[in-house]
Amino acid sequence: MLINFDDDRPIFIQIAEMLQDSILSGAYPEESQIPSITEFAVSCKINPATALKGINILVDEGLIYKKRGLGMFVSQGAQEKLRAKRKESFYLDYIVPLLQEAARLGLDKQDLQSMLERGYTDYGN
Amino acid sequence: MGIELKNITKRFGDTLALNNINLNFDQPKIYGLLGNNGAGKTTMLNIISNRIFPDSGEVIVDDEQALDNDCALNKIFMLSEKNLYPDGMKVERAFEEAANFYQNFQMDQALEMAKQFGLKTRKKINTLSTGYTSIFKLIVALNVNTPYLLLDEPVLGLDAQHRDLFYKLLLEKYANNPQTIIISTHLIAEVASLIEHTIIIREGKILRDMPSEELLSGGYTISGPASLVNEYIIGKQVITQNTLGGLKTACIAGQPDPVPLPENLELGKLNLQDYFIQLMNKEDSDHE
Repeated sequence: MLINFDDDRPIFIQIAEMLQDSILSGAYPEESQIPSITEFAVSCKINPATALKGINILVDEGLIYKKRGLGMFVSQGAQEKLRAKRKESFYLDYIVPLLQEAARLGLDKQDLQSMLERGYTDYGN
Repeated sequence: MGIELKNITKRFGDTLALNNINLNFDQPKIYGLLGNNGAGKTTMLNIISNRIFPDSGEVIVDDEQALDNDCALNKIFMLSEKNLYPDGMKVERAFEEAANFYQNFQMDQALEMAKQFGLKTRKKINTLSTGYTSIFKLIVALNVNTPYLLLDEPVLGLDAQHRDLFYKLLLEKYANNPQTIIISTHLIAEVASLIEHTIIIREGKILRDMPSEELLSGGYTISGPASLVNEYIIGKQVITQNTLGGLKTACIAGQPDPVPLPENLELGKLNLQDYFIQLMNKEDSDHE
């Protein structure tokens, strides 16, 4: 797994997002065990305290839980919970920056609408 | 508990190598000792490990005076550029020596690491290449299991693949068995994500001594068209600024205002290497 150290976001946030992405994609299925703090730290070459901080975000959100002496597991319903959360933040994460960039480029509402149409034609659904 | 430096001063002739240093290494953490060449990093580590003596001040290890105190010094292992092994000694023999001297030396792990690095243990130490001499010393350092481990420029001469392996082994070791590790280096970008606590030294003086996160959250960068940046930084404490044509980037101390950023300005975080370089530039210009 790779952390982008040039990314402007703190490393622990990137760890949390990487884990969330992996749960969403099914790489870490519900009720399966996720790698240990040590494995995350070693594989991403980050301090274990940073890895723990990132993982704790998901623990606090109820997406993963700890089994004493056994390790950490993906919670039942984590995928659905994440999807709901991402849908909620979709507007802020994608639509707002899209509109800002469009304004910088001088693209108007109609331009955007036709691009959206083109996107649906090219990439389906 | 921990290592404590109290009012340490050291001169070499006319040069004040360490100027009244006070530091505390009181937690099992990875500390980064950062400074340019000649800043005093090695001198400081040599004093902690009793290889050289300060002109004044004292080193306390777990509440005991460290000076010529074998009990205190057995808790410390220092890896340095200097080779302390006799000419002609074989790697495997040197591992045995280390095991004799350090009770908790892990021979099985040392041999396993030698295999991972491709270090031939039958070879004589003085016939190893520069890179493999470093690797040999790193393997000893990673397996002595002393409570305090001082690594002075640990990756000198190592290629990218071996540096990567070293950092991974170090983290594995540390995660499984936290100890106090002090890494001195001028390769800041490589250790930035490893170190929890940053100490910046310059011309024998400590400039910064704080948790890395706190250090980096103490500032931010702002970039965009020069006129907008200039407007934004009015009344703010600017660490440094540079312009590239009409584009300007400024490093600002403190936190960004909690209001939406003016359009066309971009907010960035400080990274440790940039912070370090900017701090050094500022010191340079202050001294001119």
